[in-house]
Amino acid sequence: MIATGQTLKAVEEVKGRSLWVDARRRLFQNRAAMTSIVILALIALLALLAPLLSPFAYDEVNYDIIACAPNWWPAEASCRAAGHIFGTDAVGRDLFVRVLFGARVSLAVGLVATLVSLVIGVMYGATAGYLGGRADTLMMRLVDVLYSLPFVFFVIILMVIFDRNFILLFVAIGAVEWLTMARIVRGQTLSIKQKEFIEAARAGGVSPLAIITRHIIPNVVGPVMVYVTLTVPGVILTESFLSFLGLGIQEPLTSWGVLISDGADQMETAPWMLLFPASFMAVTLFCFNFVGDGLRDALDPKDR
Amino acid sequence: MMAYALRRLLGAIPTLFVIVTLAFFMMRAAPGGPFDSERRLPPEVERNVKAAYNLDKPLAQQYLIYLGKLAHGDLGPSYKNKDFTVAQLIGTGLPVSARLGLSAMALALLLGTFLGVNAALKQNRWQDYSVMGTAMLGITIPTFVTAPILTLIFGIYGISLFGHEFSLPVGGWNGGALANMVLPVTVLALPQTAIVARLMRGSMVEVLRANYIRTARAKGLSVPHIVLGHALRAAALPLVSYLGPALAAILTGSLVVEQIFGLPGIGRYFVQGALNRDYTLVMGVVICYAALIILLNFVADILIAFLDPRIRLS
Repeated sequence: MIATGQTLKAVEEVKGRSLWVDARRRLFQNRAAMTSIVILALIALLALLAPLLSPFAYDEVNYDIIACAPNWWPAEASCRAAGHIFGTDAVGRDLFVRVLFGARVSLAVGLVATLVSLVIGVMYGATAGYLGGRADTLMMRLVDVLYSLPFVFFVIILMVIFDRNFILLFVAIGAVEWLTMARIVRGQTLSIKQKEFIEAARAGGVSPLAIITRHIIPNVVGPVMVYVTLTVPGVILTESFLSFLGLGIQEPLTSWGVLISDGADQMETAPWMLLFPASFMAVTLFCFNFVGDGLRDALDPKDR
Repeated sequence: MMAYALRRLLGAIPTLFVIVTLAFFMMRAAPGGPFDSERRLPPEVERNVKAAYNLDKPLAQQYLIYLGKLAHGDLGPSYKNKDFTVAQLIGTGLPVSARLGLSAMALALLLGTFLGVNAALKQNRWQDYSVMGTAMLGITIPTFVTAPILTLIFGIYGISLFGHEFSLPVGGWNGGALANMVLPVTVLALPQTAIVARLMRGSMVEVLRANYIRTARAKGLSVPHIVLGHALRAAALPLVSYLGPALAAILTGSLVVEQIFGLPGIGRYFVQGALNRDYTLVMGVVICYAALIILLNFVADILIAFLDPRIRLS
């Protein structure tokens, strides 16, 4: 009797490892993903502290140092600008602070648009999956239709309509990025709603809305998180693409897309104008992809 | 099979209808019109011009008129490019865009499959890592960065091969000459090649673990025989469903590529048309792109059924 009690106690003391603890441990062991998280945090910090890090303002024009190389630039350059560690742009603005301000815009667009797509996609997908039957067919059919739209064209039309409104840029991109999210969530919901705990909730008289928000959505967090980390770089790319076409952020504000497109014009005479924004953007996208892959491996180990 | 194909084709009609409706009303929601210019037209002239294009009628009526004409295959006149109908403009631009897009697609599929299969065969060795690393680069670097860099290297500096110095043209179409197509097609194909390689590697790794591949190995078949004869067919399935999104991505990319290389495709009309409120031209291009994507999705579905005997189309 006593022995059994002790055994029971011993069993209790073994700390249970939840799925999340396991996943976190696997993520921490993934060196590429952890390095990426650190680098992303650094870039975000630099972007936040941008005005403190440079003596120059992002819109401070100086016609004496137009498209000048930084002092340390190894190759030949027509002029050099002391104190501008990334050189200057075509109207003599400090490139370093502009790249960091570009990071603010690009990261903000990436995060906010992803958030918009997350909210729409998760609610839509969970509702469709939970309702099932004809409502599901109809809702997913709409997603199929929207899928076959060349969606960037609609973003372009939207940007033209609202005259390059900054906030609308977020919403417009987010509003077209939610489709895949909705599909993923619906698929997950379909399998989750067969589980006993949903049946129990329904038997207990919980309303459908509460079942969706309290019981289904928390259980789709894993795959959704993976997809979110992969959506952010996609959105950043879309924004830079729009900026390249001249439909994104307006001067004197800037984004990586604008900087890259300006730099590409002057690549022969002032390669630093392309090099710095392009490498910041490439490193960021790289890191998001690594984090996404790492999360997927951590949450779904059978896929490795 | 025929019944399925027919039903799918009919199913495309509501899709196109939704696209047309959305594009029509979105375009009209934009402030300004095609005849607003720096110099204002005299009021009577403006009224007459608007009447000639039915722009003075209520929006709902304009929509019905447009739908009616569309049903007869008439995309209407371009408001900005005087003397041209939208059909004429698309007729001259589409062959350019189509050749560009299809070449890029073919290049991406062939090269991507080759790289992906090789990476899968050498899984977790340096060949695998280098292909996958390069693929990650290809996905993260946007076309408007690769385009100027490749132009600089191959177009402006030039390359020397077998003792000959030569450089590729940096822009223009020149009747679709091969030399003019090399750079734009490469730039357009790069990101898709990377995605195809990743997809192919993933599914190939899975297929190579299957029992029937082990049997084929045990029979003593050579690696090329196993890959080409047995594994590729099964491994290509995810790739086929990616065809539609790939085409959409290539068409989107061609907006930028046509602009950078100054190619006379329909992508350029779209951006210009949207900025100039050239309603009919924008609608025409959107319809054209949407039809292409729907068509390719349809072809992909049929192709999957042929490749995968487990799928019964009904």
